[in-house]
Amino acid sequence: MPAIPGAEKGGNFIVTSLETLVGQARANSLWPVTFGLACCAIEMMSAADPRFDIARFGSEAFRATPRQADVMIIAGRLSKKMAPVLRQIYDQMPEPKWVISMGACASSGGVYNNYAIVQGADQVVPVDVYVPGCPPSPDALIYGIMKLQEKIKRGRAKTMSELRLIELNPTPQEVMSV
Amino acid sequence: MSLLDKVIKPLADGMGITGKRLGHVKETIMYPEEKREQFERTRWRHVLTRYDSGLEKCIGCSLCAGACPAKCINVVAAENTDEERYSPGERYAVRYEINMIRCIFCGYCQDACPTGAIVLRKDFELANYDRDDFVFTKEMLLEPIKEQ
Repeated sequence: MPAIPGAEKGGNFIVTSLETLVGQARANSLWPVTFGLACCAIEMMSAADPRFDIARFGSEAFRATPRQADVMIIAGRLSKKMAPVLRQIYDQMPEPKWVISMGACASSGGVYNNYAIVQGADQVVPVDVYVPGCPPSPDALIYGIMKLQEKIKRGRAKTMSELRLIELNPTPQEVMSV
Repeated sequence: MSLLDKVIKPLADGMGITGKRLGHVKETIMYPEEKREQFERTRWRHVLTRYDSGLEKCIGCSLCAGACPAKCINVVAAENTDEERYSPGERYAVRYEINMIRCIFCGYCQDACPTGAIVLRKDFELANYDRDDFVFTKEMLLEPIKEQ
């Protein structure tokens, strides 16, 4: 029997209130990096128009620099030539960062099962939410963003460093894997 | 005079435009609370339909799998017996799987189906966290038996 109640679940009770607050703040201002690769980008832009209005979820500010962005929406097929560029942009984004894989091509390759297209963006970057569709309509993308918000609000940090309030230096192992 | 020209008149003009816009209809669809009416021929999530008797329409012919440009449908057929009857024909689909993340919702499977078993309905809320959760099995795709 642990001395502190709740400690058996991972001992995260010290930062739990702060974590809820931080989670709410992060989830409700997800700024996407402008990263349209193909036709899905048109639907991504449509999600920002007044009819669907992604601003209701705090995601209207599409940043042209990865340094100011929280979430990367991979909108379109990812060719093998583009993959290193995508990885570099992902690496340039500050922690914490999330990835939405939008559409069939980004998520799995879709109909392009050939030598030129990466069969799923999760081979290059860790993907948090997959949105199927060809292309997904703006409301389907907004549903994906809502799923990501749920995930962020639900997030459980066990220690202060796992909250990732400051940018962490990557370990040598992580540098090697890139 | 200059106060009227430089301050009050521009203010009145500006507020006039604001006032005119107040009467406009709001275009935004408040998505999670209210959903927009989808177009008539919208194609989204697949459903395997049944006859009114409760028997499945799918006869396991794999024509949908042949027509699929993304090759995301897998059908395994088996023979019906008199004890275990799933469809009116000779055969039924023992496994029917669609990889929803590779599917491009073109509707060719619907066009190819000789019995009209597979149809694409309007449920677009398919986003998920894990790539493995996107293989929709027959149990997930079959529509429930209608209550008489």
